[in-house]
Formats: sequence, C-alpha cells, structure tokens
Amino acid sequence: MTLAWLDWLVMLVYFGFVLGVGFALRKATTTSAAFFQAGRAIPAWVCGLAFISANLGAQEIIGMGASGAKYGIATSHFYWVGAIPAMVFLGIFMMPFYYGSRARSVPEYLRLRFDEKTRAFNAISFALMTVFSSGISMYAMAKLLQILRIFEAPFAALGLGPEYIFHVCIVSSAVVVLAYVLLGGLSSAIYNEVLQFFLIVAGFLPLVYLGLRDAGGWAGIAATVPEPFTHAWRGFGSAETSPMGVDAFGVAMGLGFVLSFGYWCTDFLVVQRAMAADSMAAARRTPLIAAFPKMLFPFLVVLPGLIALSVRDGQGGQPGRLGTRAVPYVEQIGPGQQRGQVGQITPVTPPAPGLIPYKVHEGTGEIVRDGSGQPVMDYDLTVPTLLLRYFPTGMLGLGLTALLASFMSGMAGNVTAFNTVWTYDIYQAYLRPRASDAHYLRIGRMATVFGIVASILTAYVAAQFNNIMDVLQLVFAFVNAPLLATFLLGMFWKRTTGHGAFTGLVAGTLAAALHHGLTLPAGAVAGVKGGWLGVASRYPSEMAQNFWTAIDAWTVCFVVTIVVSLMTRPRDERELVGLVYSLTEKPRDEAQPWHRRPVVLGAIVLAATAALNLVFF
Amino acid sequence: MGLDVRLPIGVMFALMGGLLAGYGVLGDQSIYARSLGINVNIIWGAVMIVFGAALLILASRHPRATGGGGGR
Repeated sequence: MTLAWLDWLVMLVYFGFVLGVGFALRKATTTSAAFFQAGRAIPAWVCGLAFISANLGAQEIIGMGASGAKYGIATSHFYWVGAIPAMVFLGIFMMPFYYGSRARSVPEYLRLRFDEKTRAFNAISFALMTVFSSGISMYAMAKLLQILRIFEAPFAALGLGPEYIFHVCIVSSAVVVLAYVLLGGLSSAIYNEVLQFFLIVAGFLPLVYLGLRDAGGWAGIAATVPEPFTHAWRGFGSAETSPMGVDAFGVAMGLGFVLSFGYWCTDFLVVQRAMAADSMAAARRTPLIAAFPKMLFPFLVVLPGLIALSVRDGQGGQPGRLGTRAVPYVEQIGPGQQRGQVGQITPVTPPAPGLIPYKVHEGTGEIVRDGSGQPVMDYDLTVPTLLLRYFPTGMLGLGLTALLASFMSGMAGNVTAFNTVWTYDIYQAYLRPRASDAHYLRIGRMATVFGIVASILTAYVAAQFNNIMDVLQLVFAFVNAPLLATFLLGMFWKRTTGHGAFTGLVAGTLAAALHHGLTLPAGAVAGVKGGWLGVASRYPSEMAQNFWTAIDAWTVCFVVTIVVSLMTRPRDERELVGLVYSLTEKPRDEAQPWHRRPVVLGAIVLAATAALNLVFF
Repeated sequence: MGLDVRLPIGVMFALMGGLLAGYGVLGDQSIYARSLGINVNIIWGAVMIVFGAALLILASRHPRATGGGGGR
C-alpha cells in the first residue's frame, strides 16, 4: 500500500483548515484572558467536544486498540468504570468551585483554597509533566509513522532515508500546532479540537465497520477469540483469574476512583476546556456532554483490537508485512530499480493468530523474543495494521489524517495547559508579578514556543534513552497519585488547612514511591518497574501494581492531610466562600429545562454506562 | 470570539467528502478489493458531504444559538 495524491490532498486540506481556524481567531486574541482562557466565551457543546478531544491523543487510539487485543473488551473499564463516573462527578460537584472561584487554572484554585506552597508544588510538577508527556507522545507518533513504512516511498523519491520520516513528522506537526496556538491561543486549540474530534470519528468509524464485517460481526469475534475477551467482567472475582491481574475491587478503587477521578477532576489539561465555557451552567455541562460520546468510545478504539485478533488470514505475526506487504524497503526506491530482485521475507516463526504483527528489532530486522524464546507481539501496531489492510486510496488518507488529528489535539491540549500554568502560576506568581496584560500575553506566546521546543527535545531524548523517560513518567505518577485526596478534602471539608494539604501531598508522593520501590510485577526485574528498594511483595501484573500504588498514595495523603489539618489553625470561614462546598451557595438548576440540568444529564449517562457494563458483563 | 466553529468544520467535511466521493466515482474501481468489495470512498464521501452540509445549514439557520459566544 502506498500513498496516492488523493491521500496527500486530504491531509493537506486538514492542515489548511486547522491553520485557517488559527488565522480567523488572530484578531480576537489581543488580551491574556482571550489567549489563556478563550475569553470564557465558548458554548457548552464546543467545550464538551474539546474536553474529550484534548484527552484523545494518538496514544489513546493506539494504546486502547493495543489493550483491546491484549485484554479484550475488559479494556472498556477505562471508560465505563474510569472516565464516565469521574466526568459526571466533575460536572456536578467540582465544576462550581473551579468556575465559580474565578481561578484561571487548577493550581490557582489551590492557592485560593490553600496557600502558595501547595500551588507551587502542583504548578511546577504539572508544567514539567505536560511538556514531557507531549514530547513522549510526539516520539511515539513519529516512531509509529516510521514503522508503518508508508512514507518511505515518497521520502525515497526525494532522496531521503526512512530515518527522515521521524524528523519530518515531529517538526511538521510541531510547527502546525505552534502556529495555530500562537495565533488564536486557547480558542484556537479548542475549536480545532472539535474539528479534530469529528475527523477522528470520521476516520475510524468506517474502519470499525469494515473490520466488523470482515470478522463476521460481534458473533464472529466471540467465536474466534478466547471467551473472556468478549466479557468485561469475566474472571474479575479474584486477582488470579482476572485478565488484568486485578480484582473488581482493585478496578473500582484504583482505576475507577483514585486514578480516574484524579485525572479527570484535577488535571488542568481537561479542566481548562470546561473553565473556558461561557457560563457556570455551560461549564458544568461540559464534562457531561463529553461523557456521552466518551461512553461509546470503546466501540471506536477498543473494538479494533478485538477485530485484529479475530480476523484470520494466516498472515498474523509476519514481520515487515506492514505497508509494503512483506517486501523490504529497497523495492520501493523507484522505476530505475528492478522490481522483484529482493524476494519476500520468509516468516521465521509460524504466523500468530489474528493480524497483529510480531515486534521487529529496529537495527537487525529480526523478531524480538522474550525470555522463553516466544516472539513478542507488537500490539501498538494493531490499529495501523487495520488502517492499511482495509482502507483504499482516499480513505487511507482520511484514516492517517485522523491519526494525525488525534496526535495534534493531544499536543495542543498539553501546550495550552502548559503556557497558562507557566504564565499565571509560575511567571506571574513568583518571577514578575504586576506587569501589564500585554506583557503576560507576550510571555504566554513565548511559553508556547518554549513548550513546543522542549517537547521536541524530549522526543529526541526519548529516542535516545528510553529509561530516562520511564523514570520521569514514574516520578509524575507518584506526584499525581495523591492529588485527588487533596482536592476532595479541600472542596468538601472546610477544616482542611494549607499545611495539611501540602504535607499530605508530599507524604502521598513519598508513599507512592515507597510502594513502587518495594513491589514488583510478575516477570519483571527490579529497576524502573519497581522493587528498587527490595521486593516485599509481587503483583500479577504491572497494571495491578499501578492501581495499588495509586490507592496507597491516595490513602496516605487523605489520612495525613486530615491529621495535620486538625493540628493546624483553620482558615477564617469567610475567606472560603465559593471555594468549599458547605460554605457556597448551591447552583440552582430548576429554572433550566431538564436536558440542560447537570444532575439529569449525569443520571442518564451513568444509567447508560451501567447498562453497557451489564450488556458486556 | 467571532467564529462559529460549525462553519470551518462544515466546509472541511464537505470538501473532503467531495474529494473522496469524486475519486470513488471516477477513480480505479479495482482498489476496493481490500475494503471487502465496498466502494467506501463513494459511501463515506457522501456521508461526510451530508454531515458537512448539515453543519452549514444549522450554522446559517441559528447563527447565534450556539455560535461563537459574544466575547464577554
């Protein structure tokens, strides 16, 4: 499969439109409030779609497809246990404080509610994390497009080797995102996220349809894959029988509560979209509107994993079959080369079931094998494999554009969250308070450039030293794990003090590190996977270890925050109006029609999610 | 922020849909073996045109209902 002019044209049209949106918003972006907060003037449905789109990075599309092939429909727990309840909680209970406090960012809310040190801790760790995660997803995306081999022929025609695909992918996507964020700030990012959302759905929906048809529908999948793969809760009675190595309690507490609430309710990347809404009512509806499509996303991103596992043509696992169909790179060079000189690669290993290829070592081109000599599956190629298999010229361009769109929406989400937190919570707070608005606008634009350049550097560091990135991601996981406890106590218990919050956060972070340092998932060696302080206990899977590390950190933060708060002087209640639940007037929804009331929307989406859990039980 | 986001999305979908559907009608028909014999370019191109047109119609009928807000 090679790219035709039409595929390029579709991609070009996409690039033209995202840049066009940036240009159209250029004139309206003259104040820092317009640049960082979209002037708080965005309608609810736009914020809602941007809310999921900013989260729907390429890593989610690729990762959820991979996980679908690994664990089956149980991957939906990330949606039906994880995301949805957390999004409903954010809309109904937490949004009034974020939006109503007039804080411009999540760290700023922490300053209003607690104190400077708690804000600084959150602002600095968040700013670093956004840059690194944007860089890591940049790296993953560029690597993927390189492995796909689909760009090799056009690059070869220009006299460039395949390694240039990596550079061009990174630089071109970074430049486009940089341009539209510089031009229109958060509004531009949000409007483009909506555009990208529709494009992602348009690119992947036909893929799921064709794949399902080929696999013989759900019944065909159920007949070919192992039985637990088509049941979301099969085996979750105990950690031993669970496909993820976690029992139902661990899933509900670790994923459903600590990790998901921690992400959706406190991560400024998503919360920023809701804070840009044009009214309190719209801000509260934002995550609820987002929850409706989010609930159906497993069918778009998890199902491809099951399809790839189920369709059998005897070619699964073959190396080098992507893009050029088992023909090595040289054949693509051009008309001057004789075709057919280089024969097909003979599979050295019998084909694996399904369409998922084996992992191939980049340097040697040989299949990667695990400790027992078994070939390792390259699950990350699940979704791209399907794209190349089912999409003809034209649709292939659309599918690749959808992949690029998901990547760029995630990156723009990181960049806009970064420039806001840097400018308001670090620069204005500690480096230069009381400057003019124009000055902060300029600083925000510079921070955008800096954030993107730093992401690019991170991507290259990731390409060089994989381990450093793993360590960094781990450190951020430690910092993030306890955050939810701080927010819950801050918003719902007026007695919580700044000293309590800060001590709790630090203690929770240390507890996460300690828990990780003393445990090890099965099959891993001590090091970045855990056990670097000695192995006190083992988990059946890495996921189990992650969930329990988070539960531990949350509990320690929760308890320490309460104990220290009780020992320190409470704040005057008058200062906490609008920041704490019991001291704030409840927003009244009775005047709204039923379909605009957060509680009604929340109840509908929760009931539908429960029904999905039952259908796929 | 004077921009109704339905306009660029509507135009983009109509344009991409037109490209796909046009290619589906005029282009090589043998490429559809991989898509199980279905000419996905025509079908999905048409769906994208309809979606784009629907957004444009909505945007022109109710320009202020859910448009770009008022820049408050």
